Amino acid sequence: MSDTTLEGNTSHVQEKGFSSSETKPGNTILQISNITVSFDGFKALNDLSLNFELNELRCIIGPNGAGKTTMMDCITGKTRADEGTVLWYPEVNKTVDLLKLSEAEIALIGIGRKFQKPTIFESHTVFENLELAMKTDKRVRFSLFAVVDDVTRDRIADILRLINLNEHADQLAGRLSHGQKQWLEIGMLLMQDPKLLLLDEPVAGMTDDETERTGELFNSLKGKHTLVVVEHDMAFVEQLKSKVTVLDQGSLLCEGPMAEVQANPKVIEVYLGR
Amino acid sequence: MHLKVGLLTTKIIMSTTHTPFVVRFFSATGRKGWVALALFALLTIVAVPSSHLLLPVDHALHIPTFYVTLLGKIMCYAIVAVAMDLIWGYAGVLSLAQGLFFALGAYAFGMYLMREIGLDGVYQSHLADYMVFLDWKEYPWYWKFTEHFLYSMMLVIVAPGLLAFVFGFFVFRSRVKGVYFAIISQAMLYAFLLLFFMNNFGFGGNNGFTDFKRILGYSITSPEMRATLFALSASMLMFALLLGRYLVTSKFGRILTAIRDAEMRVMFLGYNPLWYKLFIWTLAAIICGVAGALYVPQVGIINPSEMATANSIEIAIWTAIGGRGTLIGPAIGAVVVNLSKSWFTVAFPEYWLYFLGLMFVLVTLLLPQGLVGLYQQLRARMVR
Repeated sequence: MSDTTLEGNTSHVQEKGFSSSETKPGNTILQISNITVSFDGFKALNDLSLNFELNELRCIIGPNGAGKTTMMDCITGKTRADEGTVLWYPEVNKTVDLLKLSEAEIALIGIGRKFQKPTIFESHTVFENLELAMKTDKRVRFSLFAVVDDVTRDRIADILRLINLNEHADQLAGRLSHGQKQWLEIGMLLMQDPKLLLLDEPVAGMTDDETERTGELFNSLKGKHTLVVVEHDMAFVEQLKSKVTVLDQGSLLCEGPMAEVQANPKVIEVYLGR
Repeated sequence: MHLKVGLLTTKIIMSTTHTPFVVRFFSATGRKGWVALALFALLTIVAVPSSHLLLPVDHALHIPTFYVTLLGKIMCYAIVAVAMDLIWGYAGVLSLAQGLFFALGAYAFGMYLMREIGLDGVYQSHLADYMVFLDWKEYPWYWKFTEHFLYSMMLVIVAPGLLAFVFGFFVFRSRVKGVYFAIISQAMLYAFLLLFFMNNFGFGGNNGFTDFKRILGYSITSPEMRATLFALSASMLMFALLLGRYLVTSKFGRILTAIRDAEMRVMFLGYNPLWYKLFIWTLAAIICGVAGALYVPQVGIINPSEMATANSIEIAIWTAIGGRGTLIGPAIGAVVVNLSKSWFTVAFPEYWLYFLGLMFVLVTLLLPQGLVGLYQQLRARMVR
């Protein structure tokens, strides 16, 4: 990907402003409206509304219990929202209500998710992990007769290079280091070729060097995919130079570029106060 | 057979989309596997039957009826163990109901065997003896067509398969897993045990079916029939191993183990685990049913005790002792445990269950990979 596209896209995101209106603005790919999720009376999400734009890179921060992971659970079908809507706009004039779909169906329409704790297939090789993630027919009748074809092989080779694991293709995934497991999971998401990638703490447990390379990887992906990154590592969030959304107690606190958000007194209060 | 088996031993098989399915199916089993299968076939399809049929009874190498029947029975258990490995070892679903599917297959074929008795029963009626005893005038509707061999063969597959499909659909859809699944499967097993115990259910109550006379008109007790049934059981075991090996080395099998290890990840990759579990669960039930159908003419009786909870737990024990997730391991486990059982129950009849329990505890503690794992460890040590 060329630098111009990168630049172009970043500035485009910033020009666009930070609206979260009810109707679909031109470039929205996912719209969360007034979502509420409660667990035994505790509101993990409280009337939360968010918009994600096509091919943007967005960081979501917030103190523990702010509802970041629950928000991802709602989008991917893991948790059912009590109220509100989550709408997906894969193409022009097409709207999908995600709350009506199962986890697998949501994955198939182009939403990939990385979990907080790396979740990979430990007793499979790195190659096999990627093979299973490949975007293809996922039904039993196909899997029973499937053969690893050249297209899959090439795609796996590309992704292996991208996530720096080409030397480990035949190694059992359980043997990888923590950071490598994180990368493998990211690689599995990319094999799915999703429109939207939800990444829950992707650099947790990575070395500084690995974190920086992950940042480079994400920066190179924006413009091709929509990326939503939940992170605690502020240095990493700064490296991504993206729009930042701050959640607190299940609600939207503020949105804007990192510098602006950091200067916001409300943000300073939730992070340092109390 | 001109398969390039040697070139096709790696897990990601080197075949392409152009390789015919039959070739892929058989090449999933590696060269060593084929050598072992060939030796096994020679032993079970040629050596044992000819020793039993051709050698005089007093010959040193003659295998008496008792042993042919015993080994045939153990072959059936080994088939069940392979099915158990598919569902438990590979898909991670601990089923305590495999004995039910085994018994259903046995009952399905038993119905045919009952019809084949004809007028040779105690009461010389075309009805089964216990039906005469109950003063029934005709076979209940669900006995219809069971006098046809092919129909009963179909029933052997459909009865356990359909039950497994319906039960599995609802249970897997509700995402019941682990120990909860084990308990629910055992509850189903127990419900069927009670059902089959009822005299008016039409399956002979606690006596079940027995006194079989013929299969397709041939005497069931003739040496030829015994040798044939034994060879058929061994062949079915080999087929189950080949089928299992193809399945677990296919993409389907890799998804199955992925579901076992990280079901959430599998779902978020777009696979619906329901259909994967349901497929292997139903297939395992059918394989158990076929094993049951081969078992019933060799043992000569089928009654609800085959559905006892202890029997199904024992199936899990064979699998664990042999080595889960290896296919051949559970088959070996079934053979080893049952051979020692037949010796032990003669030598120390009261202590068998204690011994079985002890064996299970020791294997779980010391050999988590079972006998196959032990063999691999020993070999690794030898090489070093």
